[in-house]
Formats: sequence, structure tokens, C-alpha cells
Amino acid sequence: MAKEAVLESVYEKEELLTGCQAVSHAVRLADVDVIAAYPIRPYTEVMDYISKLIADGKFDAEYIVADSEHSQFEIVKHAASVGARAFAGSSGTGWMYGFEAIVVTATDRLPVVAMVGNRALDDPGAFGVEHNDALSVRDLGWLLVWAATAQEALDTTLIAYRVAEDPKVAMPCAVALDGAFLTHSQHMVKVPTVQAAKRFLPPYNLGSRRLHPDNPISIAPQVNEDWLMEIRRQNFEATKRAKGIIYQAYKEFNEVFKTNYEQPFFEEYMTEDAEAVLLGLGTISMPAKSAVRRLREKGKKVGFVRLRWFRPFPTEELRSCLSRFKGIGVVDRDLSYGSPDLGGVVFNEVRSCLYPLEEHPRVVNFIAGLGGREISIDDAVMMYEQSLRATKEPSDARVTWVGVRE
Amino acid sequence: MSFIPEEQIKKKLFKGVHDVPGEELYTSGHRTCQGCESALVMRQFVKAAGPRTVATGSTGCMYVANTSYMTTPWVVPWMHTQLGAGGSSAVGMAAGLRAMMRKGKITNEKINVISFCGDIGGGDMGLSGISGALQTDYDLLIILYDNESAANTDIQATGLTTWGAQTTFTPTGTKHRVMQKRWKKNVAAMLAVGHPTVKYVATACATFPPLDFMNKVTKALETGGPTFIHSLDPCPKGWDYHPRYSHEVGELAIKSGIFPLYEIANGVVTYNYDARKNRIPVKEYLLNQGRFAHFTNAETDFVQSMVDEMWEEWELPGILPVKSSLKVST
Repeated sequence: MAKEAVLESVYEKEELLTGCQAVSHAVRLADVDVIAAYPIRPYTEVMDYISKLIADGKFDAEYIVADSEHSQFEIVKHAASVGARAFAGSSGTGWMYGFEAIVVTATDRLPVVAMVGNRALDDPGAFGVEHNDALSVRDLGWLLVWAATAQEALDTTLIAYRVAEDPKVAMPCAVALDGAFLTHSQHMVKVPTVQAAKRFLPPYNLGSRRLHPDNPISIAPQVNEDWLMEIRRQNFEATKRAKGIIYQAYKEFNEVFKTNYEQPFFEEYMTEDAEAVLLGLGTISMPAKSAVRRLREKGKKVGFVRLRWFRPFPTEELRSCLSRFKGIGVVDRDLSYGSPDLGGVVFNEVRSCLYPLEEHPRVVNFIAGLGGREISIDDAVMMYEQSLRATKEPSDARVTWVGVRE
Repeated sequence: MSFIPEEQIKKKLFKGVHDVPGEELYTSGHRTCQGCESALVMRQFVKAAGPRTVATGSTGCMYVANTSYMTTPWVVPWMHTQLGAGGSSAVGMAAGLRAMMRKGKITNEKINVISFCGDIGGGDMGLSGISGALQTDYDLLIILYDNESAANTDIQATGLTTWGAQTTFTPTGTKHRVMQKRWKKNVAAMLAVGHPTVKYVATACATFPPLDFMNKVTKALETGGPTFIHSLDPCPKGWDYHPRYSHEVGELAIKSGIFPLYEIANGVVTYNYDARKNRIPVKEYLLNQGRFAHFTNAETDFVQSMVDEMWEEWELPGILPVKSSLKVST
């Protein structure tokens, strides 16, 4: 009864939506002013859906089909500079084509929100998910978050605007959705009302940094060695502050929508007495959670940790969480050629996060599901078994490629 | 867009220097070279546009030499943009302003959106984005200030450098006298021909004829929609001549016909200097500049022959490089 009342007041409807469609609704609910599109799958469906919302008069925004991803991201960057709320997105090498603009969006401190429909980087061509596209912004000031369900994609996009536009942060945010597995798979999604979204998300206000004749400022003049370090430090501090703002934003979100986001940065699943856990991003949670349930039936003490926010990285929180386990298997849907121990990006970040602990859990790495290859429940079971084994008999095999034909 | 009051759009043309406002909107604080004509382009375009303007500048010498941290010359709001973002930065600003005005988030008024880029930003790397911008229906003006080199990175050849010129990427040598073998792109005409919905495209030189460039900026902003102006800016450092002669070098470029001066307004072409007749020999322009000091008669004759061909054989003299009249295959 109480739950239904809430549904009535803050949600307009509940319907079957893909991840892309859910993000589109968030963009509409955020009353975004400028949207720039350019085709590359799998992110494209978000623009298909937004353009239809605009065509049908359900959403009012300037919608531009750009000539390239570079122009796409320059358009939204400059729209944000005059005080307009802006949205763009891309996938794979499209994201890389826009990269110059993506870099300066962060260094100009313009809180654009972009969706990345994760896709393998060419060559050879593959439409399926791989995380290297989105991970490429990890050192650039962009906030970076992964969603695992369509509902979470909608919620996270609204939260992304709230965090990115906070005057204490003013940094762009990338919302990553696994290509196909989330961008194009349907879930039941509760769509908030415009009023509720407004209650949660304050208007975008760039304040004294807005480019307008009433505020005649010069943005990004040449600084050279005289000032660059100080400006870098300011941006760096902003990304640090984002952590606190993320906690605040989820708290506010929970209050308005009666949701249950406890720890914004990661989700724990059946970890309470776990000896070994897998850790991964995005839709890996589906096979991982199924495997946990299967193994629990057999009395194996395993759980799953799904990292949502990769930037800012929840160092202390994750360190304290992971220190409870004996074995950790990090699943990377990405590659880092020639990296320490030849492991994935997430693996090496997690290991680095755990380094200050006196006693380390055993951390192993799985390279899995590249180019959109499915990670099956059996794959996940195998990864759990190997992670459990590693707690008892450490071997030198730190990195395993799952299911690769050799 | 039609919701801007008409009286904010109408502007008067400058008939004499006394019509030009004394107020400087591009003022002290820049570090451009003596005799820099691109700096003059900056000063004049913003004078013509007035204070209700937002501008972006692509990377180039008018970024690096103009705006050092804490010493900006810009009185109007200005923002740096990337080398290939001359078109897209203008679209972004124009779209942002239009959306917010329509939704009542900011006051409804005419704000000029101007983006400027150098010859790489306008003629090479940025072409795709400018083409995209010219397909929109936003009110914006893109100014290509062309000093025929990557002037701020130490004078490297671009797609708009005059054939045969010495640059740091195209030096003269004992085996190859000429390394810059590309004929200058006809950017304004290419954009005008390729974007039939654009209502105003022009070429210009900031000093010749006097007031011509400022009036073209005025007309572009008044015409509305996406518009484009390509100005040729003599550069003492890159072209190697004494800074006191910048205006004269520009005038010689126009009078020799090597840089055709025209405007295309609503499909009507006007020559602002008619180089079909009274052309002066192009070597009077070339030999004033150190970048052509290695030229022999063979090179000057070649450039002259190309210039003559432009004016005497092209379908639209100096503009449209089609030599024979229309043929239809049966």
C-alpha cells in the first residue's frame, strides 16, 4: 500500500525499456537543452529514442545531428559553456574520435553528461561490449560510472547531472552501459514524474563561469608553466570533492524516490560471510550473481562486488570492504597491454587500492567477455572456483583468459 | 529565429571612418607581432559586431599570441576552442542560447555568435565541422583569418599557403627549389557552392578596400543563419617583409588578383574588387615577400599563369574552377 502510494506520487509509469531508452527518459526528465548525436552502435538507440521524443513534442531541446564525434562533443561542450544543460554519447572508436573534445570538456570544467555504450575498439570490427572505450577517460578528470540495469541507467543519469553540475565539482560525467547486454536489453523501469525529477535535480547554474555578454569573461587562455600546475590542482581537488557529493546525491535521490542505494560506489551481493568474491563492472553482475546462488546451494562461501563508480575511485571504502575476504577475482572486460602482471585495468587498480593493507587478500584476474562474448554462468562458476582455490594454494597464475581458444 | 525583435537585427553599414564606434572591444593585453593583420581582423570584427557578442577562437596564433592568462584583450566573452572546432563551437553556443531563450531560462535577445579560426582550423582540419555548422539554421558567423601558415607553431605550410612559399615545413633546397606544391584552396567558394542554404559568404582583407571587412561582418550578422567570411591576413613574421608594409601587401594581393575579393549574398555574387581587368602583375605582390625570395622567373610565371587562368578561363572568374561550359551526356 505504502509502496503504491510512492509509485503514484514520484513515478509516472512503469514500463519495459531498454537501457538506452531509460537513459533517454532521464535526459528528458533533466530538461536537457542541447543534444548532439552522431551514429555508432550500440549507443545510437539513445539518440533514436530522444529524437522521437522530440519529434512527438514530448521533449523540448535543441537536437543536432553532428558531422562527427569531434563536433558532437565540441557542440555539447560549448553549449554547456553558455549555461545550457547538454547531453551526448558514443561508443568504441567513435568515443575515441571525439577524444580531443572529451579531454577539454574536463579541463574546461564543463559538466556535460555523456553516455558510453561500451563497445570493442576497432580493428577488427566488433560491435560487442568491451570497457576500454570508457576507461580511456579514467585519467582525464571525467567522472565515470557503470550501470547494470535499465532502472539504474535512468537513475544514474539523473544522479550524474546532479553530481557533475554541483559547483563543488563541475566536472563532466560518463555513464557507461554495456553494449547490447544493457543498451539493448529490456527491463521493467519506473519512470519518474517531471515534478519529482525537478525536486531532485536543481537547475544547471554555471554562475560566474557562464559565457554570456552579461558576464564577459575569457575562458581557457594560454597559461603555460606559470599557472598550469595550479589549475590542474584545482581540477584534481574538484574530482576529489566529487566523492562527497556522490554520497549526498544518492542520499537525496533515496529521499525523493524512496530508493535503496546504500553504498553508492559499489553493490555487494551475498558477501557477508564470503571467503571469495568476484568483482566486476556492469552486466557481469548477472552471471556472477547466478553463479553465487548456485555455489551457495553447494555450501561455497562466495559473493559478488559490483563496482559502480570507477572515477572517483572509492579507495578507502573498497579497501575496507575487500579486506574482509580471502580471495578476490577481478573480472576485466578490458585489456591493458603490457601492464603489471599483464592484468586488466580494474585488476591493477584494485590491487593498488589494497596495497596498504598489512595482510592482503589473494587477488587474481580474469580477462573475460571481450568483444561482446557472453560470460556464462558456468564461466562465472569456474572463476569462483579458481578464486576459492587461490585462497588455499596460491599459484603464479594471476591472470586467466576465460574461454579463449588457444 | 523569428522571436528576436526586428530592430535588434537591423544594422547600419559603415560609410566612412566616422561611422565606426570608438569603443574598443578587442583592446590591449595581447602579444601579437608588429604589423599583425590578423589582430586587425579581431579588432574590426568585434567592433562591427558590438558588445552583445560571444566568441570562440580556435587554437592558432590568435589564441596563443592573443590570450595569455590574466591579460586577455577580449572585452566580449571569449572562449578557446580546439583547432577543428571552429564550426562546432559556434553551433554549441548558438544552440545553447536558442534553447535557453525558448525555454525562458535567459532573456530573449539577439546575441551574435562568432567563431574564428586560422587557415588550418578553417581550411584544413576544421572543414568538416564548418560544413556541419553551415547546414544548420543557427545564426552564427565563422571567420577564417588566413595568414597562410601555422603561424604560431613557427610558420608551417597549410592547405592555404600560396604555391611555392618557403615555410619551415617547405624550405627551399639545392635539389628542390619549391617544396610547397599545393595550390591554395578556394575555401569560401567551396563552402558557398557546397551549402546552398547559406545566405552569406564572403572573402575579405582587413585593410583593403577600407571598411569592406567590417561591412561584410555587419551584413553576415544581419543576414542571419550560418555565415562565413574568409580574410587574407598578411603576416610579417611568416611572409618575411617589414611590418610597416602589411596593409600594402594585402592591397597588392587583391589588386594582383591572387586573392579574389567577393561576396555571395542570397546567391548573388559581387566582386568587391574586379580583378578581371586592371590586374597588376602578381610578381609585384610576390617579390615584396621573403618567402618567395627563391623564386626565379619560372616560378613567378607559373603563379601568374594560374592567376590569369582563374580570371580568364574559370566559369565564375576567380571563384568557380570549371573551365568549359555545361555538357550533357546523351
